Amino acid sequence: MKLTMKIVAASAIMMAAGMSFAQKGETVKVVRIDPLTGLLGPVGVSQAKGYQFFAEKFSGAGNPAGVKFEFSTIDNKLSPAESLNALKAAIDQGARYIIQGNGSSVALALSDAVAKHNERNPGKEVIYLNDSAVDPDLTNSKCNYWHFRFDADTSMKMEAMSSFIATQPDIKKVYFLNQNYSHGHQVVKFGKEALARKRPDIQIVGEDLHPLAQTRDFAPYIAKIKASGADTVITGNWGSDLSLLIKAANENGYNGKFFTYYAGVTGTPTALGQNGAGRVYQIAYNHYNMGGQMEKWMKEFNAKYNDDFYTGSTIRIFEMLGAAMAKAKSTDPVKVAAAMEGLKVKSFNGEVEMRKSDHQLQQPLYMSVWQKADAKNPYSPEKTGMTLAMVKEYPNYVSSTPTSCQMKRP
Amino acid sequence: MEFFIISMLNGLSYGLLLFMLSSGLTLIFSMMGVLNFAHASFYMLGAYVGYTVAQFVGFWPALLIAPLVVGGLGALFERQCLRKVHRFGHVPELLITFGLSYVIVELVQLIWGRIAVEFRPPELLQGPAFTLINDSLKGLSLFWGTAPAELCSTADAAVRIVCSPFPATRGFMMLVAVIMLASVWLLLTRTRIGLVIQAALTHPEAVESLGHNVPRVFMLVFGAGSALAGLAGVIGGSTFLTEPAMAATVGSVIFVVVVVGGMGSLSGAFVASVLIGVIQTFAVAFDYSLITLAEQTGVPLSAAVANNSYIKLTLSQVAPILPYLFLVLILIFRPRGLLGKRES
Repeated sequence: MKLTMKIVAASAIMMAAGMSFAQKGETVKVVRIDPLTGLLGPVGVSQAKGYQFFAEKFSGAGNPAGVKFEFSTIDNKLSPAESLNALKAAIDQGARYIIQGNGSSVALALSDAVAKHNERNPGKEVIYLNDSAVDPDLTNSKCNYWHFRFDADTSMKMEAMSSFIATQPDIKKVYFLNQNYSHGHQVVKFGKEALARKRPDIQIVGEDLHPLAQTRDFAPYIAKIKASGADTVITGNWGSDLSLLIKAANENGYNGKFFTYYAGVTGTPTALGQNGAGRVYQIAYNHYNMGGQMEKWMKEFNAKYNDDFYTGSTIRIFEMLGAAMAKAKSTDPVKVAAAMEGLKVKSFNGEVEMRKSDHQLQQPLYMSVWQKADAKNPYSPEKTGMTLAMVKEYPNYVSSTPTSCQMKRP
Repeated sequence: MEFFIISMLNGLSYGLLLFMLSSGLTLIFSMMGVLNFAHASFYMLGAYVGYTVAQFVGFWPALLIAPLVVGGLGALFERQCLRKVHRFGHVPELLITFGLSYVIVELVQLIWGRIAVEFRPPELLQGPAFTLINDSLKGLSLFWGTAPAELCSTADAAVRIVCSPFPATRGFMMLVAVIMLASVWLLLTRTRIGLVIQAALTHPEAVESLGHNVPRVFMLVFGAGSALAGLAGVIGGSTFLTEPAMAATVGSVIFVVVVVGGMGSLSGAFVASVLIGVIQTFAVAFDYSLITLAEQTGVPLSAAVANNSYIKLTLSQVAPILPYLFLVLILIFRPRGLLGKRES
């Protein structure tokens, strides 16, 4: 009798274990569609290295589901049209998990294409994991069940950035310089709205939009900013558009502050150099000196690739996928998508949640400033001897913004 | 005022870089009747060869070696390819240079990679050439090199001081372009070889019967034109950015310069490139739109019209298309260009 009970219990445990590890050792193909060439190519190339690195780290015993992540990447040349071809190619290769981030213009096209594909090909659904495209429309008016955003959107970042600016009385005249596409437009729109709410005394002395990833010479814009008398520039620029802007500002003697989203992205630290100390700020969901496991990872990444890891979403995507696959006990995108809704995972800086209503990750944001690396903030990118030091942390409830998304669930 | 001066200098230096490029193109066109589609590719080659050579022997020797290498490659291309298709007429000549431009881009990507390389100007050119100091009391003054910090700041809050450094790389760019213009002009008008080149342009048979090797003259002209593009490449690449798309971005603008200036006219190319450089730089500075125009002329606009996104477009937003608009207008109203001699 006792023995029978034991056998029954043991087999029950084994069955349960067998079920939860049904997909153990299974390979999950993850394809990233991003620019690897052109002016913004260096950003995509560096991020691809990050995915390669963490796909290995999180494979097998690295995730609760025990699956193996197989990562590859397709060049989209930052073009929405090329991205749709790349999406087809990725699906033909058997990928059911698509990652993209650079360029909200691409993200909007991709989100739409993934939704259409899933509608037309039941049983072959694809999940789109967005690591960096921050246009709020993606989780508001154009929200889509198959899209999950891991970065914080512009409305969230602006909420935190303007809260910080509100505490800086020496900021009086602000200039908006942004890229002429959806992301740049949203930065201006939300920036103006948030400043009017929190610091109505701040004067907006100018705003400009320049073509995305085409401007080589920012000297005319810097001359214009100087002439406007602005003491602060707010810009959502990234990659070469930010590093060349900062380079021109240094060469042409502009001494105002820069409030940016992406000062830590490839190429920009070098352009900042010693000159940017104390006057270039970044609002982001991570920074160079997070400490703990992140610090070890960044050191290891730097030693392996001689490059800096800054796209923390990479880690969260693998954490979230692993947790969702374990919860769904499957790697089927339909079940994983359902499992990811409202899922909470412990990440490198505490708990983050994939909000069910709009698939926007809820996470703390950090305001950091460019300064000399020291004992407290030791990590120095691109051998500059400088770092981004955290000056203020904004917990989830500050940065969280409401959504107008009316999610249609299958 | 200092805004005007700095913007003017920015525009002039960009225009002079365009001139360095288009002078070679217009030279080749006027001598050989070949519209060289690969010209901007030689500019890119100049930047990349300069980058590689500078790593071994430094920037200044590279400034000399890279144009020579690019010029040699250009001459070789003329000798081996262009000359062979010459007898089939102009269209095959055009097509072969068109093909060459694609071959060069792919080769550059194979050798140097698809992303930008770090081509830094030499130590000497990294600081500012001079600094303009605008003091609200003392007015405008000029300081060679970097102005000391005490000149740029003041304890008195009522005094406003703005320091505007002008990068030495841009000053150097202007200097080289002006020297180049002078020497090419002297070479063409004051030397024996220049006279032979000019004669070969209009009367090749007569020049040949006088004992000159006309095909070799053509080869030299093509090589020299490519070398000028290579020189512009070394300077442009180190000042701005050395990357595989750099040929495409200037390629279309230099055709505008050559057409606007007048096909084959060196002085026309000079005027047109400076004009386009200055217009493009200043257009960025102005936020005027059709609404501003309407307000100033007193034409009332309804709310719907004023909110139209096309009406709201400012001059700075349309700046990138201005050169092409200029091209179309010139072709309509003055097809031979500003200083062109030919009617056709």
